[in-house]
Amino acid sequence: MTLILNTESLTKTFGGLSAVSTVDFNVQKGEIMAVIGPNGAGKSTFFNLISGFLPPSGGRIVFSEEEITGLPAHAVALKGIARTFQTTHLFPNSLVIDNLIIGNRLRTRMNFMDSIFKTSRARREERESLDNAREILDFVGLGEAASRPVDSISQEAKKRLAIGLALATRPRLLLLDEPAAGINFNETESLMHLINKIRDSGITVCLIEHKMKMVMNLADRITVLNYGMKIAEGTPGEIQSDLRVIEAYLGGNEVA
Amino acid sequence: MTPSINSLRSGKAIYLALGLLALALPYIITSKYLLHVVIMCYMYAIAIYGLNLILGYTGQLSLAHAGFYGIGAYTVGILTLKLHWSFWLALPAACILASLAGILVGLISLRLKSHYFTIFSLCVGLILFLTIEHWDSLTEGVRGLIGVPPPNPIPLPGGGSIVFTDLNAQYYLVLLCLVFTIFVMNRIINSMVGRTFMAIRNSEELASTIGINVFTSKLLSFVISAFFAGLAGALFAGYIRFLGPPMSHPNMTFEFLLMLLIGGQGTLAGPLVGALLVNTVTESLQFMQSYRYVVFGPFLILVVMFFPRGITGGYYSLKNRIRLKKQPRAAHKEAPPVLAADHAKTKSEELRG
Repeated sequence: MTLILNTESLTKTFGGLSAVSTVDFNVQKGEIMAVIGPNGAGKSTFFNLISGFLPPSGGRIVFSEEEITGLPAHAVALKGIARTFQTTHLFPNSLVIDNLIIGNRLRTRMNFMDSIFKTSRARREERESLDNAREILDFVGLGEAASRPVDSISQEAKKRLAIGLALATRPRLLLLDEPAAGINFNETESLMHLINKIRDSGITVCLIEHKMKMVMNLADRITVLNYGMKIAEGTPGEIQSDLRVIEAYLGGNEVA
Repeated sequence: MTPSINSLRSGKAIYLALGLLALALPYIITSKYLLHVVIMCYMYAIAIYGLNLILGYTGQLSLAHAGFYGIGAYTVGILTLKLHWSFWLALPAACILASLAGILVGLISLRLKSHYFTIFSLCVGLILFLTIEHWDSLTEGVRGLIGVPPPNPIPLPGGGSIVFTDLNAQYYLVLLCLVFTIFVMNRIINSMVGRTFMAIRNSEELASTIGINVFTSKLLSFVISAFFAGLAGALFAGYIRFLGPPMSHPNMTFEFLLMLLIGGQGTLAGPLVGALLVNTVTESLQFMQSYRYVVFGPFLILVVMFFPRGITGGYYSLKNRIRLKKQPRAAHKEAPPVLAADHAKTKSEELRG
């Protein structure tokens, strides 16, 4: 198995508080890795470090054998890591399809001169971006909604669209920050189906999630964070019977 | 073809009619004074298109705009008056110099976000004004540059020449530049480059996660906006032929902003609509002197409250609402594809202006 992502003693401190401390973490190519932990465990901060939203205070991040520590967010996206946010982030005042077209921007080379003169490069790239958007829209099951305004589609459809936008950048690793937050049980099922479909298409998935049933069914491996530190890692079965994890979730004396 | 692309072709007839009207205008209105007002409107509109790109499409409120307008005007003034350059060389030089100033200012100021950027740009605008006002040896300071020559005559192949002391010739020159500006803006905002700007306007955070370099994109938008401010200033110099420092004062930026907000930011027609409307009203309220702001103040507040996207934006949402009302109630609960596409069409018109 090959590693797609690994972090070595990754640390982030805010003043005196360490939100993430010395986390060694790795994701194998083609798996679904879940990151869980109680509220405030540093999961989102951890994602923000990997995706370049926050510069780490210490440690390294290596993606596909290439060090990406400290790269800004857009450069990380160019390397092939896409992410979604806990609160659904979309471009609200436009159409569903328009949201996805821009996702192909990082593969286009056209500059403003190309757009003013409508060069052949501009035409080709506009067409490619539209085709890419259509393909992704069908993939996430929103083909029918292409020309609807974003504010007119359901919450669950917005979640799919946000994932679609991340996929439109054609990433190799997809980070999903609580994809199932704010949607009901039935919709969770279809979202799980989508995540499996993404993995089957060859994209490695790493997700933060609170809905345990979903995590246990979906993940190949789970990493547990608590107070910014990694307290356990393993298959869903191992995690469920891990004493430190149970303590972290249910309280009790610190053992780790 | 998605509806969003198709909608660009609709309304072509209207544009053609408007174009013909603009061409025939000097022969329709006989009053020289009125024609002068229209020329000024077009000139302002060119500058406001620049402001619209950075504010309306990229979401960054720059208050340094009149500074670049001043740079454009003074470049032409100094080059033609003091160095005896041809206007036709000074014009592109003015645009380039304004853009270069835009790069310098942008490189520093765009590192700041939202209102910090705005405040910084206000300071930059003030510094540019003060520089123009106090650099006596170059700009003649508060006395102003008097007697800037008009654009050099263009010889015609059959003998004779186009002379720019003629008001009609000036009108067509400014109109040509306005059409050029709208053409460029239309191409930019309907391309991936424009989509990039709008992505930044909607969410800088999200734009960066999909691989957009937010800083360089903002810088590009800012520089293009300075270019058009410079172009408008250059035309102003060749037309008015007297330049005083107040034209580059931040007050001028606020005038531009007023016109843009009333016309409709983030729409393609907004700058022109705003410039025409505000200027004609201003001119007809001349007798009230400064009290005319008593009229504009409340009007602006009402527009911003009820039509956040200005008159143009308001027009599109009204059109949209009427269209939706015409459909039976039940129809848009479960929007059938036809209606969805229809709705989308007006929506994207609204977005594109």
